[in-house]
Amino acid sequence: MKEKETENKKGISNWIDERLPVFTFINHNLRDYPTPKNLNYFWNFGSLAGVTLVIMIVTGILLAMQYTANTEMAFDSVERIMRDVNNGWLLRYIHMNGASMFFIIVYIHMFRGLYYGSYKYPREILWMLGVVILLLMMATAFMGYVLPWGQMSFWGATVITNLFSAFPVIGDYIVTFLWGGFSVDNPTLTRFFVLHYLLPFAIVGVVALHLVALHQFGSNNPTGIDVKSEGDTIPFHPYYTVKDYLGLGVYLIVFAFLVFFAPNFLGHPDNYIPANPLQTPAHIVPEWYFLPFYAILRAVPDKLLGVLLMFAAVMVLFFLPWLDKHKIRSANFRPFYKQFYWLFFINCIVLGWVGAMPAEGIYVLISRVATLYYFGFFLIIMPFLSKFEKTTDLPSSISAAVISEKFDNREPSSSESYVK
Amino acid sequence: MSEKNLKDKDLSDSVDEEKRDFLFITTAGLAVAGGAVTAFSLIDTMNPAKDVLALSTTEVDLAPIEEGQSLTVMWRGKPIFIRHRTSEEIRTANNTSVNELKHMASDESRVKNPKWLVVVGVCTHLGCVPLGQKIGDNKGEFGGWFCPCHGSHYDTSGRIRKGPAPLNLEVPPYDFVSDEIIKIG
Repeated sequence: MKEKETENKKGISNWIDERLPVFTFINHNLRDYPTPKNLNYFWNFGSLAGVTLVIMIVTGILLAMQYTANTEMAFDSVERIMRDVNNGWLLRYIHMNGASMFFIIVYIHMFRGLYYGSYKYPREILWMLGVVILLLMMATAFMGYVLPWGQMSFWGATVITNLFSAFPVIGDYIVTFLWGGFSVDNPTLTRFFVLHYLLPFAIVGVVALHLVALHQFGSNNPTGIDVKSEGDTIPFHPYYTVKDYLGLGVYLIVFAFLVFFAPNFLGHPDNYIPANPLQTPAHIVPEWYFLPFYAILRAVPDKLLGVLLMFAAVMVLFFLPWLDKHKIRSANFRPFYKQFYWLFFINCIVLGWVGAMPAEGIYVLISRVATLYYFGFFLIIMPFLSKFEKTTDLPSSISAAVISEKFDNREPSSSESYVK
Repeated sequence: MSEKNLKDKDLSDSVDEEKRDFLFITTAGLAVAGGAVTAFSLIDTMNPAKDVLALSTTEVDLAPIEEGQSLTVMWRGKPIFIRHRTSEEIRTANNTSVNELKHMASDESRVKNPKWLVVVGVCTHLGCVPLGQKIGDNKGEFGGWFCPCHGSHYDTSGRIRKGPAPLNLEVPPYDFVSDEIIKIG
């Protein structure tokens, strides 16, 4: 009798929770979850990336219901989505621009990590899982761009798959294998469609691991100092749910502006011409988010070396935790690293810019210098600074940093806000 | 811990509850409305598209169909049975007492011109296509159509007479454009 009473008191959510601890899990990870109290708006980008992934999957599933993966019909089926399907134009424009937004978000997320040393002990695996997500995103985005089967789709697919032909002996076999034939054709399109649908779910899986790894030690913060006491943290809800929600609102405004007012701004008009295997467009460029890597590829006069360097440009990120072994995480307390970091940031923009320019004249020289700095930053400057850079005084704790920022009349940098 | 911090700063006194409620309700309200509109637009993409709706009428020339013959045409992806009925078939259909029928309907109510019976060729039980259009087909016990899936018998007016189907074969909307041409849909 008494047992029954207590059980009644507990209610249905507790009945479920006892058997399947979903509510405990949510409470632990989204509510009470202790979070450093000094996170600035750069810490919004993780949740924004998660939201974007969901947007991409939802719109992608709906698009897949209308799309036909066949070289004869693919282009027309996309045009049908644009013209005949109810709100099909909206669906496609969200998905198309969503890819760009996803990369913007993730790139900012990564630059945040790079600035505040979020990849350092004990978050090495967290960072590496992030790089895995980036790789999966790149593969997914590339294959998705092929699906409309326009000129840029076709020739982009041809150029990118041909990268593998640079490898001696096995290169041609790899390319034939990727194509499932002797050129980019129907077998290539169907497998790209299948993989484009499959890989996002792999991304979801890695994101889950990314979150598990994140919650193991909790978020890094702008000071880069470990959480030392409960006073350094605030519960995730309502403080960061509200902050994330505000960020989401601003983000969706930008996203919606792109979708409704400039849906083709980031695309290439040539992709509205059906694929023609007999004619290459005069000026082939990848989507903007691949441009820096494309610039590195073209900076090198040797085919194999260019391809290897381009892959290395992503792969080097895996080794970041061991290239930068400096004890201090945040660039705020590393005057030299901070300057090289901003130079690196500008350098990436420059790489993206020359990637969009024709590979001739001054652009080649610029891309070479920029490529040199890209790798120099990781392979020379980082290890060097880890050894020799002296640091400014670290605050004794997150709370101390927040208080001194507030009361010492020290000018707080615009990117750093704090929660009361 | 956090609560203690808040108390230390004595925030609880300065909270404007009314403002807070207003913000909460407007924020949540806008989120729900925006979410609902977005969800509706997205789900709406799964409704029939414009090119599908454009296929909603079909014209059929009846002239080549001899008395006693049948023709099957497609309309909205479904078969439409058109039968040029013999006078005997018309008579049997008319002579059947409406009160005996499972789904009561006179033959007159189901045709525009008694010579021509136009029905959707989909069994009202579970959607199979009944037999009876071709010459050698089993037309069932009432000379109309017979559904092989679960044994429903339809008469020469396409009315259900025996078997599990609950309703008569549906009469699609159609009009005689001229004496010999009908427009379905």
